[in-house]
Amino acid sequence: MSLSPAEVESPALSETDDRPWITIVWNDPVNLMSYVTYVFMTYFHYDRAKAESLMLDVHEKGKAVVSNGGREEMERDVTAMHGYGLWATMQKDD
Amino acid sequence: MRFDDQESALLAGLAAQVIDFVAPEPHDPAQDPLFAIVGIDPSATLPDDPALARLFPDAFTDDDDAAAEFRRFTERDLRAGKAAHASTVIASLESRSDRLDAEQVAAWLGFLNDVRLTLGTRLGISEDTQAELAALAPDDERLGAYALYDWLTYLQDSLVTLLLPR
Repeated sequence: MSLSPAEVESPALSETDDRPWITIVWNDPVNLMSYVTYVFMTYFHYDRAKAESLMLDVHEKGKAVVSNGGREEMERDVTAMHGYGLWATMQKDD
Repeated sequence: MRFDDQESALLAGLAAQVIDFVAPEPHDPAQDPLFAIVGIDPSATLPDDPALARLFPDAFTDDDDAAAEFRRFTERDLRAGKAAHASTVIASLESRSDRLDAEQVAAWLGFLNDVRLTLGTRLGISEDTQAELAALAPDDERLGAYALYDWLTYLQDSLVTLLLPR
């Protein structure tokens, strides 16, 4: 719901190229699988299945792309993840 | 959440420590006009303390300038948010209420996570910690800290599980 196409456009496009930005959450040995699922459901409003699938990617593959969009949007998402204590970074999508 | 007096005092003490720990480095407004005007930190680098670095990680892995810029605009608020969670925890312990509203639950979860991240960094918690723990001697002085970490993990997991019904 928070990622409607209209929102995915905008701020980053004034930058040097039009690749979207992505937010990545990285695995760490402290954060609980249940807590990571809770954060994805609470902040991104993902349903349980999607939140758990992303959480398992973080846990098993070491990281997961949890959102994408304009630069300012991703700055908001990364800041929120840090607020929750998840280890998140942002970068341009390859 | 119901705690006995000893548990309650322990948690309140941890919350007070979090508030101290995440307090921003003091700035001299005379030296930092930008900070004095808009609260943007002039110096913004990954904290030297590994636990602080874990609480406030770089937002960019491939762009130091962008990471510093991001930090200038966000770290102060993040620190304030974590301190506010800890303050809410202290207040809820003092009220001795066994019911938490949604805002208090969020504060508790954030607080428990911040303490676990800090303690986990100090203890060097890794995916292999359970195996290492099993090998510790019964009089190892680290056992107390590991026991505290485990208890906080139990509290956080119990709270999250209540919010994520099967």
